[in-house]
Amino acid sequence: MPKVKVDGVELEVPAGATVLQACEQAGKEIPRFCYHERLSIAGNCRMCLVEVKPGPPKPQASCALPATEGQEIRTDSEMVKKAREGVMEFLLINHPLDCPICDQGGECDLQDQSVAYGRGSSRYDENKRAVTEKNMGPIVKTVMTRCIQCTRCVRFAEEVAGVPEIGAIYRGENMQITTYLEHAAKSELSGNVVDLCPVGALTAKPYAFEARPWELKKTHAIDVMDALGTNIRLDSRGRQVLRAVPRINDDVNEEWASDKTRHNVDGLVRKRLDKPFVRKDGKLVPASWAEAFAAVAAVQHGGSVAAIAGDLLDCETMFAGKALVEKLGGTMLEGRQTGLSYDVSSLSSVVFNTPLADLETADVILLVGTNLRWEAPLVNTRIRKAIKKGAKIFAVGPEVDLTYKVEWLGNDASLLAKLPEAVLEAFKGAARPAMIVGGGVLAKDGAHGDTLALVETLGLIKDGWNGYNVLHFAAARMGGLMLGYATNGGVKAVADAAPKLLFALGADEVDYSLFPTSFKVYVGHHGDKGAHAADVILPGASYAEKAGTYVNLEGRVQFGEKAVFAPGDAREDWSILRALSEVLGAKLPFDSFEQLRAEMAKAVPALGVEGLADYGWSVPSLPTGATGEFGSPIKDFYLTNAICRASPTMQQCSAELIHGVEYAEAAE
Amino acid sequence: MADAVHIPDEAETRARWGAFEWTAENAEQAKKVVARYPAGRQQSAVMPLLDLAQRQVGAETQTNGWLPVPVMEFIGRQLDMPYMRVYEVATFYTMYNLAPVGRYHVQVCGTTPCMLRGSDDVFAACKNKGLVKGGTTPDGLFTLNEVECLGACANAPMVQINDDNFEDLTYDSMSAILETLAAGGQPKIGPQIDRQTSAPEGGPTTLKEMVSENHDYRGQWNEGATA
Repeated sequence: MPKVKVDGVELEVPAGATVLQACEQAGKEIPRFCYHERLSIAGNCRMCLVEVKPGPPKPQASCALPATEGQEIRTDSEMVKKAREGVMEFLLINHPLDCPICDQGGECDLQDQSVAYGRGSSRYDENKRAVTEKNMGPIVKTVMTRCIQCTRCVRFAEEVAGVPEIGAIYRGENMQITTYLEHAAKSELSGNVVDLCPVGALTAKPYAFEARPWELKKTHAIDVMDALGTNIRLDSRGRQVLRAVPRINDDVNEEWASDKTRHNVDGLVRKRLDKPFVRKDGKLVPASWAEAFAAVAAVQHGGSVAAIAGDLLDCETMFAGKALVEKLGGTMLEGRQTGLSYDVSSLSSVVFNTPLADLETADVILLVGTNLRWEAPLVNTRIRKAIKKGAKIFAVGPEVDLTYKVEWLGNDASLLAKLPEAVLEAFKGAARPAMIVGGGVLAKDGAHGDTLALVETLGLIKDGWNGYNVLHFAAARMGGLMLGYATNGGVKAVADAAPKLLFALGADEVDYSLFPTSFKVYVGHHGDKGAHAADVILPGASYAEKAGTYVNLEGRVQFGEKAVFAPGDAREDWSILRALSEVLGAKLPFDSFEQLRAEMAKAVPALGVEGLADYGWSVPSLPTGATGEFGSPIKDFYLTNAICRASPTMQQCSAELIHGVEYAEAAE
Repeated sequence: MADAVHIPDEAETRARWGAFEWTAENAEQAKKVVARYPAGRQQSAVMPLLDLAQRQVGAETQTNGWLPVPVMEFIGRQLDMPYMRVYEVATFYTMYNLAPVGRYHVQVCGTTPCMLRGSDDVFAACKNKGLVKGGTTPDGLFTLNEVECLGACANAPMVQINDDNFEDLTYDSMSAILETLAAGGQPKIGPQIDRQTSAPEGGPTTLKEMVSENHDYRGQWNEGATA
């Protein structure tokens, strides 16, 4: 633990820390462009210069200089001030003065730092260089003249996203950042380079010229595009959410978000259900709330009531739905829309037991029937980090490009019962072994049992370590399971019972042809599959329009806040169910959202506490002996739910990146 | 303006060069080059291999060679490195040609020492023979490029044609070189005036006795000091 002196204050820094980190620890702000905590050190912007003794009598780049015993660091000397002004002046030589038309304006590192550390005026009167725009895909807009060549995007693409397709070509004054042969980088994480870019060279294409950062209301929310529970900030103006950006949470998403998380928000204002509908003579016609409620009340259900929950729901909606169904005399609740019917007698056997941050320290990982890049892109980045630390990856399932080296064992479920010797050997020597069981496994009879049988064989349980991980990809799944949204036999069993009244709570992936005789009440926000099949539509709120509790795949309970109001006559889902309950004569016992939350916390205490829920660890005995190939439950990463399907950006991503359609760039 | 890379049409290039493979001889050489670096560091061999590939392409096309994209990708695959990284190297160094060149790649130095010593005349000679900066002559013989210092300033002005330097040029000697090359001959490599490499013009001016045999100057030290 070296002791250093920063501006005369002595402090101890961790071994291996850089001078920049030492300065930060001392509370000194060091300006920087190329340095980023989560990327490798490049040391090419030179903005972080400080004076260090002992050493050469010149300023040194603090980001790349290790802190050593007895260093005297000055960040406030004349030399440092001059050095920063000089670097800033050089950076601005070729940087255009187009801040007023630049989307980064107001949240631009270069802008902020030139105010804080620049000279104040320019001495440069030569021509500036200009650089042609590049094609970086449907998400990233480029204005390469603004690029200061910090190479953060290059390092992100190579190190975090694992698609080394961005690079710097040519050299010196001609150096430019581009993608390989200007083909769009095929990454589901490409939007992150927009946040990383310290200037306005890479900005978000769908958000171009939409708003200024100071006009936006910022709301902390939880993403529902996958089960990871990415912590996001929704930036809204008036009644519209304009963008979603990740918040830093090292336990969940670090500071990344997938493209789907970032850019589904334009789907929130399209294809919305903004008034109730009632089916009359086979056609859905707009109705008032009272008419819609009356239509539901007219159903003679006699206690035959069921509810199916969608993938994007918050726990409060599901809890209110459950309370209503039970009040009406029904019992059947289901959340696994696509018909899965895995055993849920022990929630610990269907959850991601290894905390995500710990997954980075795993040394051997077996992936079973999963395409991590599509099912949970940010779990994939954790595995990339584990590999950097020396982890070895095996996989059973359909071969896909996961951006790292995987030893594919084949796509045959029967392999689980007879894993090759090399795999068993690797697991025997492992201190922190992990297995990730994807959606393809839960869909296959017996495979879930096969993987649970491997827990013992592979020694996945160690002291303070549980390496058995089931990977869900619906945001509502773990919350739903905690609330009992699982019926033995799954959706099929619900259909067999032919409920007279079926509440479809945002359920858009269900095969409604299984319910020909049920009166279907759809409570949801988009005019998608669920609404098409409904007999009554009650317009609800999307994740941006209601506060809610979400449980992510590892059982982490998180609370999101409400960013905007739902459009038109749409209301928050819980209040719809509450109002409907009164008309149906089964009044729910809460009058406000707070009361609902309290009731829910009473029923399921874990849902009232932020943080990892404890499911204990018990292994149910399940049938084993699966055979055959694993399928992939996700057909198109960009179109997995109703919000994405309504989003033009996601549609374009799907067309361009998955189906290979080429879009002509609009001439500007 | 820093433009996007000017490389030939991708589809066409892929059709022509997609099946690029080393010749038996070059495969041997490539293996030798890769073996110079420790295991796992084979990526260090990218520069020699790009050069080798450019030469092979040159031999196949009867030109000075260039690097089509599929050839770079071939090397990327051989060295297990991302295509982008190979591409970065190839664009960084001016010695790798990203577009086809003629049989003779005429690289005239235009940096200060050569400019002061008359590189303008050398360019004039080229222009007079129909060479255009950055272009190839219609007969496919010559590609002219202006380059920065090639490190032969003592013999300025100079030009590098393929692997050889031609130095101490004038308008006439440059014209003669181009004519000889166009006629299929081999001009004299090195200084075009009476001079041995970068030694003084017209023979040695000092240590003259050393030219023919080893001479002991030690007795003359004081003489020299007083002279």
